[in-house]
Amino acid sequence: MFKRLADAGAVVALTVDGKPVQARSCDTVAAALLAAGIDRCRTTPVTGAPRLPYCLMGVCFDCLVTIDGVGSRQACLVPVHEGMTVETQQGRREAGR
Amino acid sequence: MAASPPTLQSSFGGPVQGARRMPSEAPQERRGASEFDVAVVGGGLVGVATAWGLAREGCRVVVLDEGDRAVRASRGNFALVWVQSKGLGLAPYAGWTIRSSNAWEGFAQTLKEETGLDVCFQRPGGFHLSLSERELEARANSLKRLHNQPGIVDYKTEIMDHAQVARMLPDIGLEVVGGSYCPLDGHVNSLRLFRTLHTAIKARGVTYLPSHRVENITREGGEFRLTTAHREIRANRVALAAGNANMHLAPMVGLECPMRPERGQIVVTERLRPFLRHPVVTLRQTDEGTVMIGDSKEERTDPAGLTLGVSATEAERAVRMFPVLGSANVVRTWSAIRVMTQDGFPIYDESESHPGAFTVCCHSGVTLAANHALTIAPMIARGALDKSLVAPFSARRFHVQEAG
Amino acid sequence: MNAVDLAPSYDLVVIGGGPAGLAAASLAARAGVTTVLFDENPGVGGQIYRGITSTPVINRSILGEDYWAGEALANEAKASGALIVNGATVWSLDPERIVGVSIAGKARMIEARRVIIATGSQERPFPIPGWTLPGVMTAGAAQTVLKAQGLLPDGRTVMAGTGPLMWLLAAQILRAGGRLEAILDTTPRRNLLRAAPHLPDFMLSPYFAKGLALLREVKAKVPVRRVASVAAAGDGKLSEVVSDRGRMPADLLLLHQGVVPNVNLALAAGATHEWNERQLCFQPVLDQDFSSSVPGIAVAGDGAGIAGGTAAAERGRLAAIAAVRALRPEARLPDPQSVRQRLQREEMGRAFLDWLNRPADSFRQPEGETLVCRCEEVTAAQVRATADMGCEGPNQMKAFLRCGMGPCQGRLCGLTVTELIATQRKSTPAAVGYYRLRPPVKPITLAELASLPISEAERKAVER
Repeated sequence: MFKRLADAGAVVALTVDGKPVQARSCDTVAAALLAAGIDRCRTTPVTGAPRLPYCLMGVCFDCLVTIDGVGSRQACLVPVHEGMTVETQQGRREAGR
Repeated sequence: MAASPPTLQSSFGGPVQGARRMPSEAPQERRGASEFDVAVVGGGLVGVATAWGLAREGCRVVVLDEGDRAVRASRGNFALVWVQSKGLGLAPYAGWTIRSSNAWEGFAQTLKEETGLDVCFQRPGGFHLSLSERELEARANSLKRLHNQPGIVDYKTEIMDHAQVARMLPDIGLEVVGGSYCPLDGHVNSLRLFRTLHTAIKARGVTYLPSHRVENITREGGEFRLTTAHREIRANRVALAAGNANMHLAPMVGLECPMRPERGQIVVTERLRPFLRHPVVTLRQTDEGTVMIGDSKEERTDPAGLTLGVSATEAERAVRMFPVLGSANVVRTWSAIRVMTQDGFPIYDESESHPGAFTVCCHSGVTLAANHALTIAPMIARGALDKSLVAPFSARRFHVQEAG
Repeated sequence: MNAVDLAPSYDLVVIGGGPAGLAAASLAARAGVTTVLFDENPGVGGQIYRGITSTPVINRSILGEDYWAGEALANEAKASGALIVNGATVWSLDPERIVGVSIAGKARMIEARRVIIATGSQERPFPIPGWTLPGVMTAGAAQTVLKAQGLLPDGRTVMAGTGPLMWLLAAQILRAGGRLEAILDTTPRRNLLRAAPHLPDFMLSPYFAKGLALLREVKAKVPVRRVASVAAAGDGKLSEVVSDRGRMPADLLLLHQGVVPNVNLALAAGATHEWNERQLCFQPVLDQDFSSSVPGIAVAGDGAGIAGGTAAAERGRLAAIAAVRALRPEARLPDPQSVRQRLQREEMGRAFLDWLNRPADSFRQPEGETLVCRCEEVTAAQVRATADMGCEGPNQMKAFLRCGMGPCQGRLCGLTVTELIATQRKSTPAAVGYYRLRPPVKPITLAELASLPISEAERKAVER
């Protein structure tokens, strides 16, 4: 869906649902997920429909993912860091994570 | 889930699908020149539950409501169908509450058959949790005072310690020293109840008029005339179900309804997977998954405002009760004005000077919805309150107390 | 910067680090007012200058000189002495100007003598069938990742909508070597009639020549089709874009039909808002200094009504001049008259653009099973039927259907719900009104809420 225009910025290693993903230092989590070509970052808590980021500016909340163990974070607002673990979110979040 | 007694089921009769009206003899005979048999003032839960019950009795009903920004307790309520603690200071209130709690399952079932909407009534038993020994002791004392009253219906409320509570609510925090548990307590999806009742009254041909705030009521030529900004509504009877506004409306028809509104705030989290099997009086998980946290009381009557420190206190206690909730996102807060009579108990009255005028007023519009629909509404349809059931709830009690 | 390191109070709190916020903070700080700017993004620039201090897109012709103009604003703000805090989400603002802010999961309440809300705009909801499918996003979203991360649409990409941003993004994608299958232009033809009287003004504005050049640049390379309907189709992800002109396979659909003010924070603060019929949105009622109905709270930038990035900076300056005058009357300030003149020039031609790009009713007021509320998955048919049942406003609608109750707090359904109710009940958006908003206007955790200061009275209101 997206490709990198220029290979600028240092490589940052993340895991997404346990699989290694190479992001760049200027990425937000949402950008890294789109560049990695994932097909969904969450399924909705209402009908389980898959969603990817829609607005990328903090408005739509469709990019909610679990970041470093904390659920329902807006991936478009969080910069990546080395060793970050990202998990896509399935339906309702579990209390405590 | 506790089943309601079968006798109450039978009092429903079969729901009539698609029937606009279920005519019964009594209102037919009295049908005069008025457009409506009954004008219900107030489109909140009390009003629409009463209107639905009246429509089931065959009455031609109009509901007069305010607009979108009205002060609506129904949009801010906590959705408990709650028994424990009810009746301290007025013993018959306990029996009245239990009657509604028992009727609730059949009520929900009938609504589902009529509308296809499930209000998700559940009666798994509920808790009141204490975060200190002092709180638990106060709780036990208040229950003792409640049950020592003459004429009280004994409903089983049990004091439990931490370990006993933890067996039923495994996620409680260490600071929870114990609590009280009542098997009759339950909850419902109250916003869906609100929508379901609106859907049901529409299906039964009730006329719903939003933005028809009632300014004045007079009785002329054997009928009531209700003045609104749009037009005058005429009805043979009038049921005041306008919440705190009953205070101003009741005297127009020779009734009184002393109120003392207060503000409550609610904090709501995002949808979570089910983690809480029993509702707690201050915290419940809805069928949709959101967690509602509430039960504040402030002597303020501005519904738009919000005291953040009060929300913070609710959140702080919630996290101490259920530490697992600390990382949950708060997605909404609410403040709403509670409908509260002067002594906190319901007021059901009929006017002597203006025959045909009734008051239906209470704080617990969810818990008592079944009673309003199935017990109070038929009384209004018949034209007289059944004293054997509701005499203790007349506003005359305020004068007795003053005299005493 | 951590939440604990913030001072308990500042003379001026600026919320939002786009052009309005940056210009306001710079001016105020240089006039000697202690100023903090909170911005929730990782870097300043807002949406228009997104990634301005960090973009990997070094070829300046791709994003264009208008983008790079943001550099000066960012540098100026950095040098001004204002404290600029990124990754800071403001979730509460009350009429007493107490600001609730969260940084890295820790919440603080900060007092402000003056507040300038510069939270800008968001893209107007574009509720078409399938708009929630993976593979459908806003044009602004694609532009954001192009600016900040150098990501370029890959695969079969279709754009649909109306408005200057869509054409600008198309040009940027093409200049970067990207490809667009088609642009589906949803602009109603008859818009030209209402726009025409404003053409002379527009011809005098700096946007006239730029706009024409942009259209030429894009139309030379991309097929543009005028359409009356657009739908996204696919099973679990976008596979086709369907319009009244046919179907085309697609991997990415970028939607845009203009931008509207971000009203949530200003509404929660209690600022009076009004309906703007030309721009089809709610906006705060403001005086000439951009002061709102709440004393001490101003709204600058596109949040004050859409006028674009350059105008936003001038508005930010005017709001800051008013704030400094109130806080530090002895301070030396730029002449507000010259700022006003520049602003006037920037706003010239706006009427033409607004009327020309006014989205059609059918793209704002969906029907049938099209989702209106993305969070709670409420359909247009449900909203319309509930309005018919007697539901007169968005707050009652919210109670009945849960629309607006999800995490986005109505940002992507509010306008649609208001307009649908107005249509069904033969009323107007102005009369129908908007959702009532309360803090937190962005989600915070229960633990953060629990950590806030609590007075004895507030505790007693809950503990019994």
